[in-house]
Amino acid sequence: MTALSGPASSAQQPAQGGMPRGHDGSGRPTRSLLEPAILRTALLDSLRKLDPRAMIRNPVMFVVEIGALLTTVVWLVQALGGSISGAGSDPAWYTLTVSVWLWLTVIFGNFAEAIAEGRGRAQAATLRAMRSETTARLRDGGTKNAGELMPGDVVVVLAGEAIPGDGTVVKGIASVDESAITGESAPVIREAGGDRSAVTGGTRVLSDEIHVEITQKPGESFLDRMIALVEGASRRKTPNEIALGILLAGLSLIFLVVVVTLRPFADYAGTATSLATLISLLVALIPTTIGALLSAIGIAGMDRLVRRNVLALSGRAVEASGDVDVLLLDKTGTITLGNRQASEFVPMPGVSERELAEAAQLASLADETPEGRSIVVLAKEKLGIRARELGEHEAEFVPFTAQTRMSGVDLDGVRLRKGAGDAIERWIAAEGGTTPPQLRAELDRIARDGGTPLAVARDNQALGVVHLQDVVKEGMRERFDHLRAMGIRTVMVTGDNPLTAAKIAQEAGVDDFLAEATPEAKLALIREHQEGGRMVAMTGDGTNDAPALAQADVGVAMNTGTQAAREAGNMVDLDSNPTKLIEIVEVGKQLLITRGALTTFSIANDVAKYFAILPAIFASTYALAGSTTGPLDQLNVMNLGTPRSAIISAIVFNALVIPLLVPLALRGVKFRPVGATQLLRRNLLVYGLGGLIAPFAGIKLVDLVVHNLLGA
Amino acid sequence: MTVQGWIQILVFFAVLTALTPLLGAYMHRVFRGDAILGSVLGPVERGFYRLLRVDPRQEQDWKGYARSALIFSLGSWLLLYAILRLQGSLPFNPAGFGGAPADVTFNTSSSFVANTNWQYYAGETTMSNFSQMAGLAVQNFLSAAVGIAVVIAVIRGFSARSLKTLGNFWSDLTRATLYVLLPLAFVIALFFVSQGLAQSLSPAQAFTSLEGVKGVITLGPVASQEAIKLLGTNGGGFFNVNSAMPFENASGLTNAVSMLAILIVPAALTATFGRMVGNRRQGWMIYGAMFAFFAVAVAIVYAAESHGSPAQQLAGIHGGNMEGKETRFGIGSSSLFAVVTTVASCGAVNAAMESLTGIGGAIPMANMMTGEVIFGGVGSGLYGMLMFVILAVFIAGLMVGRTPEYLGKKIGAREIKLTMIGTLAVPLFVLIATAAAIASRYGLKSIYNGGPQGFSETLYAYTSQANNNGSAFAGYTGFIQPNAPGNAGSFGITFADLLGGGAMLVGRFLPLVVVLAIGGALAGRKVAPAGPGTMRTDTPTFGGLTVGTILLVALLTFVPALLLGPVVQGLTDRMF
Repeated sequence: MTALSGPASSAQQPAQGGMPRGHDGSGRPTRSLLEPAILRTALLDSLRKLDPRAMIRNPVMFVVEIGALLTTVVWLVQALGGSISGAGSDPAWYTLTVSVWLWLTVIFGNFAEAIAEGRGRAQAATLRAMRSETTARLRDGGTKNAGELMPGDVVVVLAGEAIPGDGTVVKGIASVDESAITGESAPVIREAGGDRSAVTGGTRVLSDEIHVEITQKPGESFLDRMIALVEGASRRKTPNEIALGILLAGLSLIFLVVVVTLRPFADYAGTATSLATLISLLVALIPTTIGALLSAIGIAGMDRLVRRNVLALSGRAVEASGDVDVLLLDKTGTITLGNRQASEFVPMPGVSERELAEAAQLASLADETPEGRSIVVLAKEKLGIRARELGEHEAEFVPFTAQTRMSGVDLDGVRLRKGAGDAIERWIAAEGGTTPPQLRAELDRIARDGGTPLAVARDNQALGVVHLQDVVKEGMRERFDHLRAMGIRTVMVTGDNPLTAAKIAQEAGVDDFLAEATPEAKLALIREHQEGGRMVAMTGDGTNDAPALAQADVGVAMNTGTQAAREAGNMVDLDSNPTKLIEIVEVGKQLLITRGALTTFSIANDVAKYFAILPAIFASTYALAGSTTGPLDQLNVMNLGTPRSAIISAIVFNALVIPLLVPLALRGVKFRPVGATQLLRRNLLVYGLGGLIAPFAGIKLVDLVVHNLLGA
Repeated sequence: MTVQGWIQILVFFAVLTALTPLLGAYMHRVFRGDAILGSVLGPVERGFYRLLRVDPRQEQDWKGYARSALIFSLGSWLLLYAILRLQGSLPFNPAGFGGAPADVTFNTSSSFVANTNWQYYAGETTMSNFSQMAGLAVQNFLSAAVGIAVVIAVIRGFSARSLKTLGNFWSDLTRATLYVLLPLAFVIALFFVSQGLAQSLSPAQAFTSLEGVKGVITLGPVASQEAIKLLGTNGGGFFNVNSAMPFENASGLTNAVSMLAILIVPAALTATFGRMVGNRRQGWMIYGAMFAFFAVAVAIVYAAESHGSPAQQLAGIHGGNMEGKETRFGIGSSSLFAVVTTVASCGAVNAAMESLTGIGGAIPMANMMTGEVIFGGVGSGLYGMLMFVILAVFIAGLMVGRTPEYLGKKIGAREIKLTMIGTLAVPLFVLIATAAAIASRYGLKSIYNGGPQGFSETLYAYTSQANNNGSAFAGYTGFIQPNAPGNAGSFGITFADLLGGGAMLVGRFLPLVVVLAIGGALAGRKVAPAGPGTMRTDTPTFGGLTVGTILLVALLTFVPALLLGPVVQGLTDRMF
C-alpha cells in the first residue's frame, strides 16, 4: 500500500472490528458436546473402532485391548468350569469384572476420539450438501460436469448460479454469497485482476456475470479439502504427536516388562499371581489416560480452529503456530482501521477554517470512501456544517482516477478539488495560480506526524490541507501486551515512510516495524528471523504476499485474497480478519499444553496405582505362620477393602478418568498469557501434583462403592 | 544419628559444592585446548597424536566419534582379556597366580572396560601385580577417559550452533587422561602414600600375631591404584574388602578424601557443561537436581542405619546397625560412603552393602536404578542425566505451549526415540536379567542367602552391573575360589559371569552410542534465542521437574522389585 492511496479505491471490504467475532458468531450452528445425535453416532463408532487393525495405530490402547481379550478368554474358560495353566485361580466374577472394565477402558478411549470426530463430521455434512452437482457452462461453448472441470477451463457464471469450482475471476465483477463456507451473510465483491479475484466452488453469484478460470484439479477443491479436514480424514500426526507417541509406546513397553518380570519375582517370593491381576496392573501403569485422549485432543484442536473460521491445511501448521516467536502484521486493516479519518482542517493564510471545511465537504459529498465520509462528518461535528443536498444546484462530480489522483465537484461554475499534495499543486499551476509556501510546509508536517495530508483547492486557489489520520484500532495495545507476555514479538509491516511508520508503531505498541515494505523486503525480514532460529507467522492476501506466506512458518491467507495467496499459506482465515493470528497462536499453544498436561497427569497417576495394586498382590507375601497378612500389607495406605476390591478399584478409576477428562481434552487446557516458567509451575502443580494426589482419592472412593456397597 | 555424624556429612557437602566450579572451569579449559598444564604436558600430548597418527583438529561426526570410542574399547577389552588370562606367564606375579577361568575373565574384562569394576574375584587371591597395574589400573584410567571424552562430545552437540561435528575422540581421550585424570590421580596417590596406604611391589609379608596366629599380609601398588579407582568412579579394589581394608583406606581423613575423589569429577563436569553451553546456571541446575537426590539418599540411609533393622530391634540390639561396618568409620561415614559410591557409579565400599538394613540397602539400589545419573560415572553420569533432562523438557515442556526445546534446540521425534532407548534399555535389561537369574536354576546357584535377601542379592547384582556401578551385595557370587595355592581348583559360575558381563557391556555402550547420536542430531540444529515464552531450564522449578521425571520414569519401573527385596526386610522383623 502506498502512502497515499486513492480516496476512491473500489470495493472496500467493510472494516473488520479489532476484536474477532466470537467463534459462535459464524453462520454455522454451534454443536454442543452432548448433542444426542453426535453422542449416538459416537457410541456406535467407539464399538466399530475396536477393530484391532484400527487399534494398532494407538499402541497404548492396543495393549489394553489385547489385555481385555485375554481376560475375556480366561473368564470364558472359568465360567465353563475349566482352568488355564498360568492364569491363576480367580473366581469367575472377578475375571469378568476385570475384563468388562478393560473393555470399557478401550471403548472410552474410542468414544473420546469418536466424539471429537463426530463434531467435525456434522460440519462436513453441511459442507457436503452444498457441493451440489452443477453443470458448468464453458466460455468456449459447451458444458461440462462440475466434477470434471480441469485447471485451465474457463467457465461463465451468471447471477443466481453456483460457482462450479475454485478459480480466479478473469473477467467481470460480481457480488458473491460466500456464507456457506464463511458463515458471513454479507455478500462480497469478486472481480477480475487485483487482490480479490479468487472464488470458491460452491459459493453463489448474486449479481452480474463473471468468467472464472478453474485452478484446481477434480476432487482437490477448497471444499473437498475443508470436508476432509473437519472430518479428520486427512489428519496426519504432527511432529510433537509423533514424538509423544514414541514416548508413550516406550513407557508401555517398559511397564510390560515390569509386569512380565513380576511373575517370576513373585514366584520366588512364593506368591501366586493371576493373569487378570497382572493385566490389571499393566493397564493401570501404562499411560492410558493420555493414550486414549491423544487423538481426540488433536482433532479437537483442528475443530477449535474451524469454529473460529480458520482452515489449517495441516496439523503441523497448527502446532507450529504455538511456537511462533515473531508476528508480522500488516498495518492497514490489522493495526489501524482500514481507512484514514479526517482529524483537522488546516487553512492557508487568508482562508478561514470554515471556508476550507465547506469546500472540502462539498468536494467529498460524492466520495463514498470512508476517508471522504470522514471529511463530511468532521466538518459537521467540528464546525456544524450540515451536508447539503446538491439536487437544485448544477453539480458535476469528478471521480478519482489513478492519473489525476484527485477528485472533486464542479458546482455552479466553481471547481473544487481535493487530492494528493503534488497533484493539487500541479492543478493550481495548470490553472495559472500559485501555491503559498505554507501549503508545502503543512503537507510535510502532517506526513511527518504519521498522517496523510489531502490538499484542497478552489479553482486556482489553495484553500488548505485536510489532515487524514490513521486510527489505531481500539484494544490493539492490550493485544500486543498480551502477545509480548506470551513471548511473541510483533512487527508492523507498512508501505508508509519510516517516520509515519515509527509514529504509528509507537502509538499501537508494536515491538518493531518494517517501513516502505516491498514484497522482497518482507521475504528478507522473514528469512532473517528464521536464520536466527525464530518462527515467523504472517498474514497476507495479495499475490505479492505469496512468497512471504510460503516462507513464513505459519502463513495465514485471507479468504478474500487471491488464489495464489491462498495456495501459498498453510492456513486460510475465512473471516479475512488479520488479528485472527493471535487466536490461532493460542489454539496452537493450547493443543500442546493439553497434551503435556494430560501426559504428566497420566504418568503421575502411577504412584497411587502402585499403592493400590502392589500391596493387594503381595498382601500375604512372607506372612508369619498363622497370619494372613505379610509385611507389605502395611503399604495399603488407602486402606482398601480386599486385594480384589483394590485391584478392581484401580482399573475402574483408570477407566472412568478417561470420559471425565474428555471435556478437558476437547476444550483444551486454558492458556494463560504469563511467562513460561510461571505457566509451567502452575500446570505442574495442577496436573503433576494433582495427578499424584487425585487417584488416591478416586481409587478410595471407587473402593468404598465396590467393597463396602457391592461387597467385592 | 549423631551431631558429629551430621557435621561430617554437611562438611562433605560443602567441600564438594565448593570444588565443583573450580575443577569444572579447569576441565572447560582443557577441552577448549588451553589447559593450564599445557605448557608442561603439551609435548607429551602432541607426541601421542604422532604415535596414534591422528590429527586432533580432524573433527568427527557422531558416527565417527562413536566408531572410534567403540574400536578403542574393543581393543582395550582384548588386551585386558589377554593379560588376565596369560598372567601366569607374565612378570610381577610374586604369588604365582594362574589366569582366572574364561567366563570369569570375560566378566572381569567387560567390567573394567565398561568402567564398572564389578569383581567376582578377590584381588589379593587372583590378580598378579602386573594384571593389577598394566591391566586393571590402565583400564581404570582409560574407561574413565572414554566417559569424559564422550560427554564432552555430547555437550558440544548441545551447545553447537548448526555444526555437524562433535570433536575428535582421540584428542578428547588424550586430554582427559593427560590433563585431568593423571595429575589428579598423582596428587591423590601421593597423599594416600603419606597417610600409610601400601605402595610396594614386594610379595606378601608373613607375620605372627600376638595370639600366635600366623598370617600373611598382601602388599602391592595399592595407593596408586586406589587413587584412580576412586577418581575414575571405577571402584575395583586391590583387596577384596575394598576400602574397608586399612591398607586401602587408612583413616578418617583418607576416607573423606576417597569420597571426594569419587564425586569430584562427575560433579565438576556439570560446571564444565554450564560453561560449555555458555550459561553456568544450566550447570548448577543439573548439579542441584543431582545433589537433591544425593542429600535425601544420605539422610535416609543414615537414619535407617542408625535405627537398625526391625529384626535387630526385636533381638534387643540398639544403637544402630553395625553389622558389616568398620568400627573405624562408624555409621555416619559408612552411610555417607554407601550413598556416595552408589550415586556415582563407583562401587568402592567401606562397609558391607549386604549387611545394610532393608531401607538402608534399598536406597543404594535405587541410586543405581536411576541409571547412575545422580553424579553417576565420570562422563556417563552427566550424559545419562542429560537424557533425563530431555525427557523432562519434553513431557512438561509441552505444558508451556511450545514445541519443547532445550538450550534453544527443538526436541523432535528422533531425539525422543533415542532418549527412550537410552534411558529405558538398561532398566529393561536389569529386569529381564534379574527375572532370568531368579527363575532359573543356573541363577539360583549364585545366591548366598534365602528369601528376600537372596532376591536383593540378585537384583543388586544385575542392577549394579548393568548400570556400571560395581558394588555388590557380596553374597552373590560368580567365582568359586578354594583357598589353595596359586588359585588351583577354582571355577566360575558361567551363567552369572556371562549374563553379568553382557549386562555391563550393554549398560555401558548402548547408552554411550545413543547419547552420541542425540548429540549429533542436536549439533546440526539451529539455536532459537530464549524469550519469555521459552521454558527456562536453569530454574529450581525445572530442577524439580527433572527430579520428578527421574522418580516417575526411572524409579517407578523398579518399585515392584524393590518391594520384594529390601522393602520387605525393612517392614518385617522376620529373619531369612
